[in-house]
Amino acid sequence: MALSGVEIFKLLPKTNCKKCGHPTCLAFAMKLAQRQASLDSCPDVSEEAKQKLGEASAPPVRPITFGAGDKAVKMGEETVLFRHDKKFVNPCAFALEIKDTLSSEEISELAGQVVGSEIDRVGQKLRIDAIALTNSSGDAGKFESAAKLVAEKAPEVPVILCAENPGAAEAAVKIFAGKRPVIYGANSSNVDAMAEIAKANKAVLGVTANGLEELSTLTEKIKSLGVEDMVIDSGARKAKDIIEQNTLIRRAAIKKGFKPLGYPVINFVQREDSLHETLMAVIGVAKYASITVLSSIEKWKNLALFALRQNIYTDPQVPMQVEQKIYNIGEPGPDAPLFITTNFSLTYFIVSGEIENSRVASRLAIMDCEGLSVLTAWAAGKFTASKIAQFISESGVEKEISHKELIIPGYVAILSGSVEDKLSGWKITIGPREANAIPTFLKTRTA
Amino acid sequence: MSFTPTKETYSGKVYPVTIGTGDKAVTFGGENVLTFHSFEGETPNRPVIAYEIQDVPPTDWPDSVKKPFEGVSDDPVKWAKFCQDELKAAVIALRLIGTHPDKEDRSPADASKTVSDLLAAIDVPLIILGSNHAEKDSQVLVAVAEAAKDKNCVIGKAQEANYKTIAAAAMANNHKLIAMSELDINLSKQLNILITQMGFEKERLITDPMCSALGYGLEYTYSVMERIRLAALLQQDATMQPPMLGDIGMYVWKVKETHAPEADQPQWGSTEERGIAWEATTATSLLIAGAELLIMRHPKAVEALEKVIEELI
Ligand code: SF4
Repeated sequence: MALSGVEIFKLLPKTNCKKCGHPTCLAFAMKLAQRQASLDSCPDVSEEAKQKLGEASAPPVRPITFGAGDKAVKMGEETVLFRHDKKFVNPCAFALEIKDTLSSEEISELAGQVVGSEIDRVGQKLRIDAIALTNSSGDAGKFESAAKLVAEKAPEVPVILCAENPGAAEAAVKIFAGKRPVIYGANSSNVDAMAEIAKANKAVLGVTANGLEELSTLTEKIKSLGVEDMVIDSGARKAKDIIEQNTLIRRAAIKKGFKPLGYPVINFVQREDSLHETLMAVIGVAKYASITVLSSIEKWKNLALFALRQNIYTDPQVPMQVEQKIYNIGEPGPDAPLFITTNFSLTYFIVSGEIENSRVASRLAIMDCEGLSVLTAWAAGKFTASKIAQFISESGVEKEISHKELIIPGYVAILSGSVEDKLSGWKITIGPREANAIPTFLKTRTA
Repeated sequence: MSFTPTKETYSGKVYPVTIGTGDKAVTFGGENVLTFHSFEGETPNRPVIAYEIQDVPPTDWPDSVKKPFEGVSDDPVKWAKFCQDELKAAVIALRLIGTHPDKEDRSPADASKTVSDLLAAIDVPLIILGSNHAEKDSQVLVAVAEAAKDKNCVIGKAQEANYKTIAAAAMANNHKLIAMSELDINLSKQLNILITQMGFEKERLITDPMCSALGYGLEYTYSVMERIRLAALLQQDATMQPPMLGDIGMYVWKVKETHAPEADQPQWGSTEERGIAWEATTATSLLIAGAELLIMRHPKAVEALEKVIEELI
């Protein structure tokens, strides 16, 4: 549980020796409470205090990684309930369920889909992060051979081994030695054996229960058995219950510092209907899941889920910006129109989208205005005539085009005269105020 | 350590808003908790989805969302009846896009006729939207508000530049009103205050913090909605307590992902399914963020939303 500054102060030496760089022990305690200092800075702190404070200062949701190498998945470390308070830290991983009852061809095909799922979106590489191999057959031998096949076909993909039978889990986990798989799951009837296997094989242990009471008891027990890296499943499967349980877990961890639920959450959202399943995964991503398990990964579905995850996990404090440069939209020839606007990413997306919709190949000059929109940037003196003129002349765009016409946003029509003065030989045209008028604007120009 | 769930008790409540008349009237809002948190409070009404139609044929909609309305979308009355009777729409949202000066520049009288014809043909509630041209909307929406007098419609959207005339018309003719501002909680709050200062009851307002599409700023709308809802519940801020609108279809069906052919973007998969998923994903995330009223286009996306709402309540 998070301690207050005064509670921390009581554990410090109270000598005010200043070795920590703070004027008093109390001042240092206050910084510790706000997580702006580290206990290591005080050389004289007692072992007892270290232990108590160490527990209290551990992140409310334990950081855990599964898989190995470049594709390892980081989870946990979350500190807030709402993304506007602070960036959500480790994006929810998507896992494809593969059942061991499938034929070898089918298993290979699905493993191949996961390997081939990576796409580039707005400069990030996104993929289906993991395979959840399920012991649907109930047979340890079948599970083991399916695991071998997965390890062979998708050697770099992190795995979640879903089996209730410790024998099956143990047989399969050996195949992923050194690759830090998740073994899912420990439940109240197999907990001792599963904890033993996870410990011996350095695996993360997935824990499943019927509700949060039982889940808390299980994670405490597993911790006492020497396994600290867990992912937890409340047993919720229906959308309503997933929101409720995930919210209660996150609140318990963050608001109460309740350690038994301070672990990443895994949600199983498989549905018959793939679109319905997509929307279940949306709920998982928005509401605190660290892993959502899917039953199919069509390309359209992946794209929508990747975009959503990117949106939810962007930093709300950093204005979204795109790089300053001249962007080609379509394949503009020398006589193609040239637009200019600011580098606020929403502005860029919307303007470039509308130019694209108009199907008139164009150039779009994006000017660095610290991520502000047109009107705000203009008001802040960042989108001014002289800065526009300087950017256009230094961009070298003049060499690529056969005209000297620049289209400025309608909102800054007032700048047209002064830009014309500063960019000699150029004609400044006033474009529409709103991006959605761009297609009509371009159509009437060419007509 | 034994587990005790941390339940929140909120002091504020979202206003319930009823639209339409007779048996087909619908109510949304009314909860005193975050959306779908029925485990800690009251969520008396389920979110409502309106089908979007237009006064002119949807020539600029991508093919995959034009197709379901083929044969009816050339006439708003046929289109509305199709949505009501075949698709079982709970609400129809008519967008008078043809009144935009850059489109067909239809007159306020044309728009009023369309509205009267529709009202005569359907019995589900009607949302009447302008073309989002601030000046033109203030003429068009005043005329249609009168044409729909006492039908308890939703009129929208009142924005900072034109709220006075539109709010006055909605008030005089007993309608509900959408107040839209651009992605900023303070602007939303300010506009709601300005409108209520005119004597418009806050219980008749619907806040539209402006929608954005998945992949194109969705997170801004998402967070503004969450913040508005928290202000309503935690700070008991009455100006933030009207239910919220997600005007999904219009924003979603113009982004590249909803229409780029699979041949151009093989790694993106089927165009049609991608478009539907784009609309449904945007809509689901805004439901989670707090929207109670959605305006959508594709019947399959609406159907998927209804299914997920069924699971959420
Ligand atoms: S170093 Fe330790 S004992 Fe010295 S002032 Fe800082 S907290 Fe107090």
